[in-house]
Amino acid sequence: MATTRILEWCGLLYIWLLLAFLYLPVIIMALMSFNVSPFYQLPFEWTTEWYVSLWQNDQLISATWNSIEIAIITTIICTVLGSAASLALYRYEFRGKKVLQALLFPPIAIPWLITGTAMLIFFFGVGIGRGLFAILLGHVALALPYVIVVVSARLQTFAPELEEAARSLGANQWQVTSRVTLPWIMPGVIAGGLFAFAVSFDQFVVSYFLSTPGQTTLPVEIYAAIRKGFTPEINAVSTIIIVVSMALMLLTARFFKFGGEK
Amino acid sequence: MAGVQVSSLSRSFGAHKALDDVSIDFADGGFYALLGPSGSGKTTLLRQIAGFDFPDSGRIAIGGESVERVPVEKRRIGMVFQNYALFPNMSVADNVAFGLSVRGEAKATIASEVQRALDLVQLGKLGSRRPHQLSGGQRQRVALARAIVTKPRVLLLDEPLGALDKALRVDMQIELKRIQREIGITTIFVTHDQEEALTMSDRIGILRDGRLVQEGSPEEIYDSPKSEFAATFLGDANIFRGETTGTGIRLPDGTAIAAGAGATLAAGAKASCAVRPERIRIAADSGMSDPNANILRGQVSKRIFAGNNSTYFVERDRQTLKVIVQNTGADRLAEGQDVVLRWSPESTVLIATS
Repeated sequence: MATTRILEWCGLLYIWLLLAFLYLPVIIMALMSFNVSPFYQLPFEWTTEWYVSLWQNDQLISATWNSIEIAIITTIICTVLGSAASLALYRYEFRGKKVLQALLFPPIAIPWLITGTAMLIFFFGVGIGRGLFAILLGHVALALPYVIVVVSARLQTFAPELEEAARSLGANQWQVTSRVTLPWIMPGVIAGGLFAFAVSFDQFVVSYFLSTPGQTTLPVEIYAAIRKGFTPEINAVSTIIIVVSMALMLLTARFFKFGGEK
Repeated sequence: MAGVQVSSLSRSFGAHKALDDVSIDFADGGFYALLGPSGSGKTTLLRQIAGFDFPDSGRIAIGGESVERVPVEKRRIGMVFQNYALFPNMSVADNVAFGLSVRGEAKATIASEVQRALDLVQLGKLGSRRPHQLSGGQRQRVALARAIVTKPRVLLLDEPLGALDKALRVDMQIELKRIQREIGITTIFVTHDQEEALTMSDRIGILRDGRLVQEGSPEEIYDSPKSEFAATFLGDANIFRGETTGTGIRLPDGTAIAAGAGATLAAGAKASCAVRPERIRIAADSGMSDPNANILRGQVSKRIFAGNNSTYFVERDRQTLKVIVQNTGADRLAEGQDVVLRWSPESTVLIATS
């Protein structure tokens, strides 16, 4: 019995260490965004001046909005296109389907540095150049395979008789999809959408290649700012983003029980 | 309601002939079982009638109207799937309402029709449950209610009782039959379970390798099978093979077996006789003589006691015969005992060997 208790304690200790490892840096950063000293010096003195100066830092604010807009548009485009593609791959047999499915995976494995370089060259070649539109295109291309992989995995658990049953009851293709298939794959669609959002919002490498000084995203802007000299405004903007994204994640997890039906 | 006529229906998948020139007339309001081993084409035929797949050639008519190129959603059929295929994201009532709702029926109509259908399958109070909260038998009933609520022209059942345990299956057989009688819908029922086919249906079609082997009422097929396959697939049968004498056959060892029913064949051809195990009387000695009876001698090799009856396996001339005897408590025969088998020619069916 004593060994069981020791094992239990070890397990608990392990979990707390793991959580500390994950969250401690973030918590320290969040605390420092409220500290007077810009150089992480103690004692801790409460201030909100960094949030005020962040509010006045137009470059950082505009880059943040760019990032949010691009991530949202990327999520919408990838979720719609990716789910439709997954359904097509699930339902229909067509020439070259196997090749197409096989070609979906390599982009996930190719280093973003290489994809970014290739996109830069390609976008220049076809006249798109750099800027926010190029970044958006790049993000959609990067995130799309993730959505297809996640939604397709969910579709593997879908029983095809359900669509047949719906058709036998007189439902047309649209009714079958919207009322039977989509509700079933919804957890996969949501998860795929979150992936797409994360791929876009976190994206540094490809965005770095495709941005111009006025048209840039938050990660690129933070990187540029750090190179010029660190300011606690970056702590402030990071803290806001962490709070907002964690809230979003918790909400989604609550509303769409991941793992699907009980 | 409507009858279904299938004429010269063929369907191949690559080189495999799943259906080969099948013609069946499913009478209006009848309960029809399609019986066959797996791969016999019975499910393919059902899916053709449903409209999930189109034939290579042949005709399907529902209520006199040609439908072989009409997609399933326009055929106005009701179908119950083997594993029920209930929509997991919907309540029981929403499952049943689905067919009415996609047709754009009014909410009030839907509610009352759904309630009527659920009452019919005795699930009136479970409308708000989710499918995963129901037992297998209840899911089965929901699937049935969902299939009939739209008032389809024909009800198609694909091994609907296969997933249920024995006791529940017997209950559902009775229940299904009651509901079918009550609404009088033409019903086509696919099964590989011969007992189910015998007890439930008005007519049976036996399929094998994509062909219709025999079709008729359960009694007709059981009492006068037209092939060894039909004889052994629907019920048990002892098969004797030999040469015809016109009214029976002669076995290789010279024994004559007289047949009172079945095909009329030219003497000398190869043929078989089929006898049901329960038609044979078994005794320790020849006893009273009946000049017309078929008589064979053998030795009991095994006896299986099954409560209300016993099955004897009797060896004779390198053949094992099966005899089923009602358990009257008297004259049990021991294994190893020499016995006399006796049965009347009327219980013997002459079958042409194909």
